[in-house]
Amino acid sequence: MKDHRTQARLVERRFALKGALSLGTVALLGGCDVGDLSTHEGIDRVLWTMLRFDDRVQAWLFNRRRLAATFPASEITRPARFNAFYPEYQVQTVDPATWRLEIGGLVADRRPLSLADFRGMRQESQITRHICIEGWSYIGQWSGVPLADVLKRIGADSRARYVGFKCFDDYWTSIDMPSALQPQTILTLDFDGAPLDPPFGAPLRLRVPTKLGFKSPKYLSALTVTNQDPGGYWEKQGYNWFSGS
Amino acid sequence: MRQAARHPAMVRICHWVGAAAFLCMIGSGLQIYNASPILPIVFPAWMTLGGWLAAGVAWHLTAMWVLIADGLVYLAWGFASGHLARELAPRTPRAVARDMWLAITFRLKHESGHYNAVQRLLYSGVILIAVLAVLSGLSIWKPVQLGWLTWCFGGYQVARVIHFSLMSAIVAFLAVHLTLVALYPRTLPTMITGGVRAEGSRP
Repeated sequence: MKDHRTQARLVERRFALKGALSLGTVALLGGCDVGDLSTHEGIDRVLWTMLRFDDRVQAWLFNRRRLAATFPASEITRPARFNAFYPEYQVQTVDPATWRLEIGGLVADRRPLSLADFRGMRQESQITRHICIEGWSYIGQWSGVPLADVLKRIGADSRARYVGFKCFDDYWTSIDMPSALQPQTILTLDFDGAPLDPPFGAPLRLRVPTKLGFKSPKYLSALTVTNQDPGGYWEKQGYNWFSGS
Repeated sequence: MRQAARHPAMVRICHWVGAAAFLCMIGSGLQIYNASPILPIVFPAWMTLGGWLAAGVAWHLTAMWVLIADGLVYLAWGFASGHLARELAPRTPRAVARDMWLAITFRLKHESGHYNAVQRLLYSGVILIAVLAVLSGLSIWKPVQLGWLTWCFGGYQVARVIHFSLMSAIVAFLAVHLTLVALYPRTLPTMITGGVRAEGSRP
């Protein structure tokens, strides 16, 4: 899902981000935008520190055996809501035949995986609630390969701390290993009974029903297993990294 | 209402820490609300805290700990010291009606050191609402890990509405509370200093 915004909001955000990068404007921002996370000084520093504290509390609270609530098919929300950090007409597509998921980091087998590889693995289906950090939500049906199965297949070091994802729309994010191994965390091929549509992440997306929507990246192009926090597009700007539900 | 209430230091500290935490929670909460309004209204920027959604969430997830710690300290002390039972336990509806009528007609006597029936109802009520606000907030923050709590509040979407409604009730309390402070401004320094002899009502 990532996020949904008006153009004006995006412009505002980019301005704030630009401001954060320019030392000269830090003092100016301090006067009118105290505590907007655009800097790492003063109150922003306190907020960033507390966000890391919130990460630790959520990691402690997380239980891999605790499942997200599932719903009957009659409760599926249609149409589902498109969401990204850009408008729908900018959605990019790839040729499913030539698409590959690059594999990297602490794994034994780095051979890229094709859609046929994923179709050939055990499929799991779920009807769960997708919750956006903005507060809205919808119930949808996703099916695909449990990420735990994929990590096992590529010989990933399950003691590593992070699984990072890169997307061909330049989005990126990362999740903690316990969440990656939770049985409802799936690399999704189908949405609502049909192969993923471009607005909803074709050809492959992650679905993490135990986290907020922006932690379920669409348009996957690479997966990496690492001990260095890969961060994320929104996380870098201040969205809480763990963002568990 | 009372000009010379003797407020224990613990009450004063918890009051002001809680007040600051609540202002941060409300401002950042309205910021989060604005990202996906549940009513056909959006709150103006001056009422919000953080400037944008991520910062609103960060403020909310920061002030939350201050509020929870403050509330736990106050409630633990309040129960242990007998303060809650002695000063805040609600009186009968009849006593509330009587004191309410006296208050409206500006004839309510000041019982130094004690809260009248209306104050007891308002203060114990807002404390209960604050507890429910925190619990409903936790239920929409953690609908999976605290799924039982989300279920208690009627599911994720209902819990959001309840959380917003409880915040509205707290703001309504605040409006009454501040109006009364404005009508009886001498109660303000009392809440800061404890105001025993300065008010001259206690020997």
